[in-house]
Amino acid sequence: MASPRFKHSQIVTANDLFDGDVVYLTKEGGWSIQITDAAIADDAERAAALLSKGAAQTSRIVGAYLVDIERDADGFPSPVHFREQFRTRGPSNYFHGKQAEFQ
Amino acid sequence: MYAYNEFDEKFVRGRVAEFRKQVQRRIDGVLTEDEFKPLRLKNGLYLQLHAYMLRIAIPYGTLNSRQMRQLAYIAERWDKGYGHFTTRQNIQFNWPKLGDVADILDALADVEMHAIQTSGNCIRNVTADHFAGAGSDEIEDPRPTAELLRQWSTDHPEFQWLPRKFKIAITGAPNDRAVTRAHDIGLRMVRNEAGEPGYEVIVGGGLGRTPMIGKTVREFLPKADLLPYLEAILRVYNLHGRRDNKYKARIKILVHETGTDEIKAMIEEAFVEQKGKFKGAPEGLMEMLEAAFAPPAFNNTQSLDYEQALANDPVFASFVETNVTEHKNPAYGIVSISMKPVGGTPGDATSEQMRLMADLAEKYGHDELRISHEQNVILPHVRKADIPTVFAELKKVGLATANIGLISDIIACPGMDYCALATARSIPIAQEISTRFDELKLEREIGPMKIKISGCINACGHHHVGHIGILGLDRAGVENYQITLGGDGTETATIGERTGPGFGAEDLIPAIEKIIDTYMGLRETPDETFLDAYRRLGAAPFKEAIYEDVKHARAA
Repeated sequence: MASPRFKHSQIVTANDLFDGDVVYLTKEGGWSIQITDAAIADDAERAAALLSKGAAQTSRIVGAYLVDIERDADGFPSPVHFREQFRTRGPSNYFHGKQAEFQ
Repeated sequence: MYAYNEFDEKFVRGRVAEFRKQVQRRIDGVLTEDEFKPLRLKNGLYLQLHAYMLRIAIPYGTLNSRQMRQLAYIAERWDKGYGHFTTRQNIQFNWPKLGDVADILDALADVEMHAIQTSGNCIRNVTADHFAGAGSDEIEDPRPTAELLRQWSTDHPEFQWLPRKFKIAITGAPNDRAVTRAHDIGLRMVRNEAGEPGYEVIVGGGLGRTPMIGKTVREFLPKADLLPYLEAILRVYNLHGRRDNKYKARIKILVHETGTDEIKAMIEEAFVEQKGKFKGAPEGLMEMLEAAFAPPAFNNTQSLDYEQALANDPVFASFVETNVTEHKNPAYGIVSISMKPVGGTPGDATSEQMRLMADLAEKYGHDELRISHEQNVILPHVRKADIPTVFAELKKVGLATANIGLISDIIACPGMDYCALATARSIPIAQEISTRFDELKLEREIGPMKIKISGCINACGHHHVGHIGILGLDRAGVENYQITLGGDGTETATIGERTGPGFGAEDLIPAIEKIIDTYMGLRETPDETFLDAYRRLGAAPFKEAIYEDVKHARAA
């Protein structure tokens, strides 16, 4: 059960050190450029554990942090905040970034 | 144009080599991100929302064709085929990879360019009037001074760790096109009673969280005193500027908290000391810089091509009306190339467009290009007889948009489409406004109109000084846009007034339309500009128009 202060499930995101791309921490403890691969924490303790695991990998990523998500119809994580939604896709003025890679 | 001497070349190359090693040490894990971040920022490299971003200085907004071609090459070779011109006359590439950045910086050094001091708490790229050396209203070309300031401020040991970033703008003309009153230091060239040129020195202007119009601390500063005087200002700021709170660390807060008279006295005291020690700029330097920016050899041969094209081609005439400005040489015109196509991203140019502009500059423009803080590109010296040809060439690559100074000539920061600091998107708002007013076909009828959009409180989009300013915020997890009215970035600088509560993205464009409708309905003559009408009428009728529905909803 989620603790009272833990409103949403969370995932860990960061930027890739080499190309700056948005990455998500996976169940295996690696990083994926697709949010569908992200490991989901359903309680505060698991979220903190995921974050410390991700943040330690400073030779691969920059700036790990937790993102509030909801599960979509397929059970995949979908960020609650619009900023994080944009990070899953790329900019809105050009078809660049992830939206182009995953078409 | 100024050409690097041996020292400049060696310094810039040295910095690239140093940064290459720093990147390698970061990749090897020798440097942590906390250690590396200030180093990369000093070289213009940010980590943004989706990728790294490299910010390259275009000192005082001046480029030659070779430099523009190199930017086109960099965009193609290491980025996604385009670059973004900014409100500080820089260019930003949105998709470089960390491992490529040193190569990009080397490619820049090949054409005497760099990204040094485009970030960090130091003196940033000095910006200038984009019509410098060409404007008919000019006292003197401000660029020799701007270049002097670039040399003085680059790697200045005393000013590498200021309380906060520090921005200087300079204009040589009474019509302020460089927003000098919204800079940490603004310099306006003026003449004294004896007719000698010097500077009015303005301190403590700035936008951002706490917008302020700068205060004049010297009505007339002789040119020879410029460096010791600026050192005095910087020294006072470096010693007394707040370092306890990032949001109160800019010099505008120091000026505001200390009071103009007191800060003036402090500067003057530091100046006396500084002037005593100052041995003057190296002999001949100023003369050399002035020679470097000497006017080109103008071609004054008569031709009627321009007048004929004006008479025979209404599309060309319409382009000239908005995009060509009077040049100090009557045989010439200043051609502004709009980077604001209908529905496009303000300030973006593709490699193909950059190359075409470089070609035009080389063939018809004495090899000069300028970047304006309004995110457009300028050919400052085009013989009038060549303007019809330049126009025809621009049309071929979608660069002939005739909208300079009109409602679709919008400034927009990258906003949350790119920027890690943004609280909302800016670009789509600019795209929607320009598309909507193109549909309405009202642009010319509306007349002079500056819309400026920022995607966060830091105000890179200069929204406070827009006739209509738009600020994108995050309101409870939804993009929300506040409107300010009556802002002005010129010599009559004014901070715009907020209308009231913000609007959701879908309600914003209708609100802008209502503001325009209100203005059109209330202006006394078609020549009364929006800004004049606003100053006469105040905010009330505009607020009434945009919050009408809200009031009705409340009354119901």
